[in-house]
Amino acid sequence: MRAFEAPFERVTNRNFPKGPEVLAPGHGACQGCGEALALRLVLKALGTEFIAVSATGCMEVCTSRFPNTSWQMPWIHVAFENAAAVASGVEAATRVLKRKGRGHDQRIPVVALAGDGGTADIGLQALSGALERFHENFVYVCLDNEAYMNTGFQRSSATPFRASTTTSPVGACSKGQHTWKKNMPAIAAAHGIPYVATASPAFHLDLMNKIRRAAAVEGPAYVHVFSPCPTGWLMKPELAVESARLAVSSRIFPLYEVLDGSYRINRPAPNPTPLADYFRAQGRYRHLTEDDVAFIARRVNSDYERLVDLAERRPVS
Amino acid sequence: MAGRLAMDVSVAVAEAVRLANADVIAAYPITPQTRIVERLAELVANGQLDADYIPVESEHSAMSSSIGAAAAGARTFTATSSQGLALMNEMVYVAPGLRVPIVMVVANRAISAPIALGNDHSDIMSVRDSGWLSFFAENGQEALDLTLAAFRIAEDPEVSLPVCLSLDGFILTHITEPVLMPDQTEVDRFLPPFKPSVQLDIKDPISMGLWAPPDVYAEARKAMALALFSAKKTVVKAFDEFNRIFGRRYRPVETYRQEDAETVIISMGSISETAMTAVDEMRDLGHKVGLVRLRLWRPFPEEELLAALAGAKNVAVVDRHLILGCGSGPVGLEVKSLVCNSGLRPNITNFFLGLGGRDVTRANFKYIRERAAGVRNQLRAEFVGVYE
Amino acid sequence: MTKPAVEAIAKVGDLPLGFIGRPKRSRAAKTGDWRSVRPVLDRARCNYCGFCYFYCPDGVFQDMGEEKYYQADLDYCKGCGICAHECPKKAIAMIQEEV
Repeated sequence: MRAFEAPFERVTNRNFPKGPEVLAPGHGACQGCGEALALRLVLKALGTEFIAVSATGCMEVCTSRFPNTSWQMPWIHVAFENAAAVASGVEAATRVLKRKGRGHDQRIPVVALAGDGGTADIGLQALSGALERFHENFVYVCLDNEAYMNTGFQRSSATPFRASTTTSPVGACSKGQHTWKKNMPAIAAAHGIPYVATASPAFHLDLMNKIRRAAAVEGPAYVHVFSPCPTGWLMKPELAVESARLAVSSRIFPLYEVLDGSYRINRPAPNPTPLADYFRAQGRYRHLTEDDVAFIARRVNSDYERLVDLAERRPVS
Repeated sequence: MAGRLAMDVSVAVAEAVRLANADVIAAYPITPQTRIVERLAELVANGQLDADYIPVESEHSAMSSSIGAAAAGARTFTATSSQGLALMNEMVYVAPGLRVPIVMVVANRAISAPIALGNDHSDIMSVRDSGWLSFFAENGQEALDLTLAAFRIAEDPEVSLPVCLSLDGFILTHITEPVLMPDQTEVDRFLPPFKPSVQLDIKDPISMGLWAPPDVYAEARKAMALALFSAKKTVVKAFDEFNRIFGRRYRPVETYRQEDAETVIISMGSISETAMTAVDEMRDLGHKVGLVRLRLWRPFPEEELLAALAGAKNVAVVDRHLILGCGSGPVGLEVKSLVCNSGLRPNITNFFLGLGGRDVTRANFKYIRERAAGVRNQLRAEFVGVYE
Repeated sequence: MTKPAVEAIAKVGDLPLGFIGRPKRSRAAKTGDWRSVRPVLDRARCNYCGFCYFYCPDGVFQDMGEEKYYQADLDYCKGCGICAHECPKKAIAMIQEEV
């Protein structure tokens, strides 16, 4: 079965799952947390008949203070760097138990959830192993807030160029992060898995349908979700969704899918909004000059053009 | 395949995992564990074991996947050695806290640096404080039998903790020995199907791996400490049941000619066979010497060991791991700590033996007996057979 | 015995095996007291689009169905203001909480 034929019920505004929150209110995420919103939408798309595996991080710690838990489905947290490996074991177990008649007679998606540090840095090896082994019911969701927010806003390899963090600070000899954001979706796609997607909580239906597709495909799927962090980005909390929207319209975080190696841009931005509009609300970019913005825009546009090129040469059909 | 057979001890362990009908095996190759996991991969490939073999990309992921699999209700096995066990160490500590009953066989091999392939106990001692039950096998039959017993003990609802079994690398894992291979119906009587005490189940969701703030962490850790201590009675019960079904008797602590011994040597693992031969030879010369072997290392079998040492004037503890910067080895330290408030007053000496694959000989034990009877107030453990 | 510095939230013997949690405990922590401003809806302006509900990181809004609006649960609302900012009809105002 090809990834784009995987059967799933599309979420629309009309049939939106408005039942009880499966990430229950009462968790300790910051005010206006874009990652909590992304996670809430991811879980809402899935319901409760799946198994969630969390890496250590903001979403893990703010939802699981004993004896409380926000998770309405079976959930396990083991450590920081190994959500993909734990999920591999869970996935194998559910399949074997079903086969041996000791499990439930249904397909149980296993969904690993980690931040950008737990994915692009410390968890990369475990993730690569899991994608390569081609686990049948395996979904990996990276909730990317572009730094180690849980430990106090240190840079990760997913921190964007020139963003100021506590370990890539702006100073007399530094203009913030001096490396470009690691392209995790491309790394995931290089494993030849059936489904890779980027998503944003500002486009909630798009995000939820990508998650549903990821859970429906046979074989591993990787979804990279943009997760604005007002606290770490030095931004007003009410701007979390707007910043996510501007990231897409300015091309700095394009929304696209890779289905069986074919590309599709979901929210094309032929006439992008100015990057400065996206940067302006965020204190982590406060030091940028017009020249800096123009320099970044060149790279952002060239990355975007490459995606357009891939989508034209290898369209989903 | 049942009855008396000659086979590699590693293969016998893999066959025990087959007889236990394990569901998931997650492993990464490392010398000298490889023969165990190769055989398991073969059993799965041949359809002789209905399990998923996850060829993980590291030992860290081997233990992580094992935790996930066991948490999801699968009977789970892994095996490793040396640097591999060191790499999985972080996860080794998590498994007991989550109360997932993984069984792990460790083919004991020295730890780097310098890098070495030979056998000692420096790898497994990193598991010492983590909350796993820990056993040491002496021979091939025991390796097979304890692998079966490990599943039963780990999965007992009173225990629900991971169990590791140490086999001396090469000198036990790579030896061909005659073993009595039990038949499946006997094994099924001994080892009931796995009914997890905690399980990730979509019909009864739980959250595992919660955060413990200071107002409950100490309580959670004490609960684990108590669980591990009380696991010993399940060990004894499982050994009794094993004896009833298979006719082979195991105890947490074994003794050999120790009843009237003035000098008692304490050992673990496969060198104990050499030690027994040495004891016989020394007895022939009129020395009142005996052997006490720890089969169970964690939880530490306090009562059994004190009972075994009750009549001894001299206790000589053999260690195969150095605690660098400390005068005793881990077993020596443990025995001294146990004895000092017990009312017993033997002269305790401690010896490092067989490090990194150095041969352990009968002469080594004869030397140890002499030193144990002669040296008083030993401050630091003595290296035996090391050229200075 | 002196009183311990920290009052334990559970005794050793009362802890669940494996230190697990259950979903029935999920709403125990009320985060409404974090709030300094609260969302107040002008129902006359509301067009029932649901943006406040879709975009709430804490999932505090409830669809009132026939009445055609979304009600915030102030036990959990942290007052982030996303609902007011995203509302296309500017029907939600963030009002200062009185101390």
